Amino acid sequence: MTQTMTTVDVPEGTEARTKRARAVRYGRAVPFFVVPFGVLFLLFYVLPIGYAIVQSLYTVERSGTFGPAREVFGGLVQYQRVFENGPFWSSIGRVLLFGVVQVPVMLGLALLLALLLDSGLVKGRRFFRLAFFVPYAIPGVIAAIMWGFLYSPNLSPLKPITSAVDFLSAGFVLWAMANVVTWVYVGYNMLIIYSSLLAIPAEVYEAARIDGAGPVRIAWSIKIPLVMPAIVLTTVFSIIGTLQLLAEPQVFRSFSSAVSSTYTPNLTVYSTSSIPNFNLAAAFSVVLALATFVLSFAFLKFTQRRGVQ
Amino acid sequence: MSVLAPEKPKKIQESLLSRTGAMLIMAVCTVYFLTPIWWLFVGASKSSDQFTSTNPLWFADFNLFANIGDLFAYRDGVFLRWMLNSVLYTGGAALIGTLLAAMCGYALAKYRFHGRELIFNVVLSGVLVPATALALPLFLLFSKVDATNTFWSVFLPSLVNPFGVYLARIYATASVPDDLLEAARIDGSGEIRTFFKVSTRLMTPALITIFLFHFVAVWNNFLLPLIMLGDERLFPVTLGLYSWNTQVNQIPELRGLVIIGALLSITPLVVAFLFLQRFWRNGLGAGAVK
Repeated sequence: MTQTMTTVDVPEGTEARTKRARAVRYGRAVPFFVVPFGVLFLLFYVLPIGYAIVQSLYTVERSGTFGPAREVFGGLVQYQRVFENGPFWSSIGRVLLFGVVQVPVMLGLALLLALLLDSGLVKGRRFFRLAFFVPYAIPGVIAAIMWGFLYSPNLSPLKPITSAVDFLSAGFVLWAMANVVTWVYVGYNMLIIYSSLLAIPAEVYEAARIDGAGPVRIAWSIKIPLVMPAIVLTTVFSIIGTLQLLAEPQVFRSFSSAVSSTYTPNLTVYSTSSIPNFNLAAAFSVVLALATFVLSFAFLKFTQRRGVQ
Repeated sequence: MSVLAPEKPKKIQESLLSRTGAMLIMAVCTVYFLTPIWWLFVGASKSSDQFTSTNPLWFADFNLFANIGDLFAYRDGVFLRWMLNSVLYTGGAALIGTLLAAMCGYALAKYRFHGRELIFNVVLSGVLVPATALALPLFLLFSKVDATNTFWSVFLPSLVNPFGVYLARIYATASVPDDLLEAARIDGSGEIRTFFKVSTRLMTPALITIFLFHFVAVWNNFLLPLIMLGDERLFPVTLGLYSWNTQVNQIPELRGLVIIGALLSITPLVVAFLFLQRFWRNGLGAGAVK
């Protein structure tokens, strides 16, 4: 990030004086602007994170089988339980598999649609932009309920398909959910990529066109590299979103018995905290947040090293 | 492309082919994106007998208003209560949250002060912390002060939007010139007054974008209300419809209500999106290019 203050050309002494004067004048303004957000951020972001870490270091002990429970410091006991917890790690594996397939499909489709909208080949751009973006207005829970009905063999308008393939069976339900997420988010990602395509000045293409490059060549060699930052951004958000999958599987539990209470990491957190085992649930949360942070950070670094940004 | 040389028939043919191909892809995608919404609208307009016995993608007897009446009457109008809750949680939090984020981002962009970069970096790493990781510890903290299962337990945490601060800083840097602030100072306007009278006007399109982002984030946050709230009268509409949907097997009449409720709950947002869409585009461009 660059410094944003511009300094006007003034003689040495004056500048020092105005700087001091400014500092006095801004004195009350800066806290006025920063403190309200800062306090809420500390209370509802920093404090919970700290508290989750503290909670994850405690464990509940009982004196005798029926004795009263009390919390004692347990060090990394909960983390050991997290690492020994098979269902948790298979849920991580499940969302990673989901992400490896769904994120490229979704972003590939979003990129294709954005390039087509930008190519001049399509009439009625405004309509298509709106049509593809509408599903983003639908919250995940509602989208999952809608698709749950669409998948169910008796009610679906896709009856010929749903009676042949059971989308809600153990083998398919993960991809059934991937379709829900794709349906909701393609338009949003398309819009991010499309708006950075619009920001490219037309002269950039001129030379290529004079050299005889066709639209596909221009898209591949000029447009895609130039919108890479937007694609990186959408990828990071998609990775975060994938690891946090909750609403879709939680809703699908009413439609399909194939979705267990530990189907995704967040479902595991939720069902562990309703046992209630808050300490273990807190440890799951911490590990999950760390994994998310590391993955998205690693992806950013990786793309930066490749010289994308 | 529009600048193809017209004298080469082969090129025209090629362009016709690619035009047709492009339109075909667009048409297929339109069907994919809009069919579920169409299905929901058609389904919501049918009586429960016809819902299962007639073509799911075309109308039978138009029963939409009777269905809406049933929905509003069900359990003393709990659905309307949910809609109102959603408006308060989401609209209220997004409105106040946008203002707070704008103020903070503006200060980070326009003033030099101690700890500025530190604050910005902490807030920025907040963007990468998934909201769902906060839900459980927030529940534990609120239960310490005996405040779970209240309106505030969902509303207050929803006010914080680090991504909004990030965007506000970018937009303030881009759209509020320092010279203008200097001119306001010379005219004797205080910093706070200048922010509200001058800078917020310049930042309005950006503020709408931040508001939309915040709105969708709160609207989609499912885990927080799910963990915090036990009293059905405090539910946002998403949680309410979810809870009905889990009972469909025991109480089959709820299925119709879930479908009509889903349609009603998405209508205001879809309409708002269509009207505010240009703000998404402009704002997203600025956010993505940086």
